[in-house]
Amino acid sequence: MSDEIGAFEANLRKRRDAGGKVLVPYITGGLGDDWLETLRAVADAGADGIEIGIPFSDPVMDGPTIQEANDRALDHGATPAGILSAVKDADIGVPLAVMTYYNIAFRAGDVRFANDLAAAGVSAAILPDLPLEETDEWAAAADDAGIETVLLAAPTAPDERLPRICERSRGFVYGVGLLGITGVRDELAQSAMDIAGRLKAVTDKPVLVGVGVGTPAQAVQVSTVSDGVVVGSAIVNRMLAGDGPEGVAALVREFREALDSM
Amino acid sequence: MANVAGTDRAPMMGDPSPEGRFGRFGGRFIPETLVPACQELEKAFRSAWGDPEFRSEFSSLLADYAGRPSPITEAGRMGEALGYRILLKREDLNHTGSHKINNVLGQALLAKRMGKTRLIAETGAGQHGVATATAAALFGMECIVYMGEVDIERQKLNVFRMNLLGAEVVPAMSGSRTLKDAVNEAMRDWVATVEDSYYCLGSAMGPHPYPWMVRTFHEVIGSEAREQCARLLDGGVPDVVTACVGGGSNAIGIFSGFADTDAELVGVEPAGGAAVGRRVPGVVHGSKSFLMQDEVGQVLEAESISAGLDYPGVGPEHAHLADIGRARYEPVTDDEVVEAFQFMSKLEGIIPALEPAHALAWMMRAREELAGKTVLLNLSGRGDKDVAQMQKVLSGE
Repeated sequence: MSDEIGAFEANLRKRRDAGGKVLVPYITGGLGDDWLETLRAVADAGADGIEIGIPFSDPVMDGPTIQEANDRALDHGATPAGILSAVKDADIGVPLAVMTYYNIAFRAGDVRFANDLAAAGVSAAILPDLPLEETDEWAAAADDAGIETVLLAAPTAPDERLPRICERSRGFVYGVGLLGITGVRDELAQSAMDIAGRLKAVTDKPVLVGVGVGTPAQAVQVSTVSDGVVVGSAIVNRMLAGDGPEGVAALVREFREALDSM
Repeated sequence: MANVAGTDRAPMMGDPSPEGRFGRFGGRFIPETLVPACQELEKAFRSAWGDPEFRSEFSSLLADYAGRPSPITEAGRMGEALGYRILLKREDLNHTGSHKINNVLGQALLAKRMGKTRLIAETGAGQHGVATATAAALFGMECIVYMGEVDIERQKLNVFRMNLLGAEVVPAMSGSRTLKDAVNEAMRDWVATVEDSYYCLGSAMGPHPYPWMVRTFHEVIGSEAREQCARLLDGGVPDVVTACVGGGSNAIGIFSGFADTDAELVGVEPAGGAAVGRRVPGVVHGSKSFLMQDEVGQVLEAESISAGLDYPGVGPEHAHLADIGRARYEPVTDDEVVEAFQFMSKLEGIIPALEPAHALAWMMRAREELAGKTVLLNLSGRGDKDVAQMQKVLSGE
């Protein structure tokens, strides 16, 4: 299984091969009563794949926006099982990736969690506190279940490390746009352009940049080098503000149109 | 007295595996951004620890600045009251008032050697924050200390101390607003500032090489105590060596001196923060260890009268020592700790920090089991920081 192209990567490649740029929005699972409708609206607004955050109590890679979304969702009773069963019954129409922290998978058991994702129709998983050296056990379970494990590549990585990350990554390669945690910044960091370029030089897999990509203009800027973007905090800000499925989808459409105009 | 099993240091508490594992625990579960930094740190630590000049500089600082060796005091009146012999390893007499200074001087020296100019630290009770602020002042470095908002309230005096020493104290406002959240904030800072900042982690926890490195810097507690006990006990070792365990740095330091002997090792956890006691493995703050968590893996908030032990996890080497049965871990309640705090103050003229008062609380409860034995208690810190809080507790506020 592991060398075949999975559903998530296949859909990203489809966009890229057609000359387009890839858009993967992130939404926090279980945030508000209408998060599932938001998920559908975001898919309809032109997402090529969607990351669903399963809230974790201690999200060390996340900034204030996603922390607050996490806390609110947890206070609202969000659980991994609840989010997955909601997703399973929804027909979203684009491939889904789950983003959570490793303890959620470890507590359930690698094999069980991977199978639970597959049973819910999820294609990929992103575990930001599981770097390359710690990936083996999880990735073996994920490969067996047909779950694509997306690895992150950061600006701090020496050159020799990047090809090894790209080799083990499935779905896409997640370039971390800056030194720091998730959140919207006023300007795109130079490091976003740099990591995109360094990754594109060593892999044919789709290279998306996230963390610090918060506006359509920033998405366009980094996508001149990368294959596209992951947009998290900007979208979750809208969810937190109570903009509802349509308000969130409107922002996603802005990103889509900006990328399509490239 | 127990017999000394061997003169060589047993592999019992040897180096972790190349992946930073102690048995099935440890590792490096951190954001990719920090992996190269941890690899660089590991390399720098290995090189420094193998460098006689670094070792000699570290030893000099421990002696001339921190005031080591710390003495061992025979606690005669407590011993008489409880019916067994009690020895106190006086880490409370170190500069800054606790064992934390050992690790901080080691790490600050290492940071200097690595060319870092800014120290980041987390703190619970404030002892590690004060120690880090102290080292930063000594070495002329910038210092940022993250501290839970709840702990800032509990430990105002230590916040003032850190400010006086030139450090900036930043409140951690997320989650339970205690030590766990201060660690989250410190890691978030480090993810953003890794190029010029050094994360001076305060306990034997976190990603590899921290648990191993922090233990190594605290091994001085165990090696001194081993020698001192040999003198006092006619070449022998105590029957029991006990210490409080939050993350577990003071305990791992003193255990390291006795792991290869017959001495029983007892770590004492707060009942509301008994990660080892619950025996559920998990992954947070960079390593796999025992972790208080709910059935789906959300980390639970610890609850303890002691801000320094208010932590839902524990260092991975403690999980390993528990796993292989080399050390045992006992929980005590806040009420027992309050009693122990007063007991030592009144009988020995030593006001202990609330953290080591946990170990004493277990000793008081286990007096039948301990009858006739010799017990070494690591008195990891002094209680000055706790008197305002205890005044409230004891006056029923």
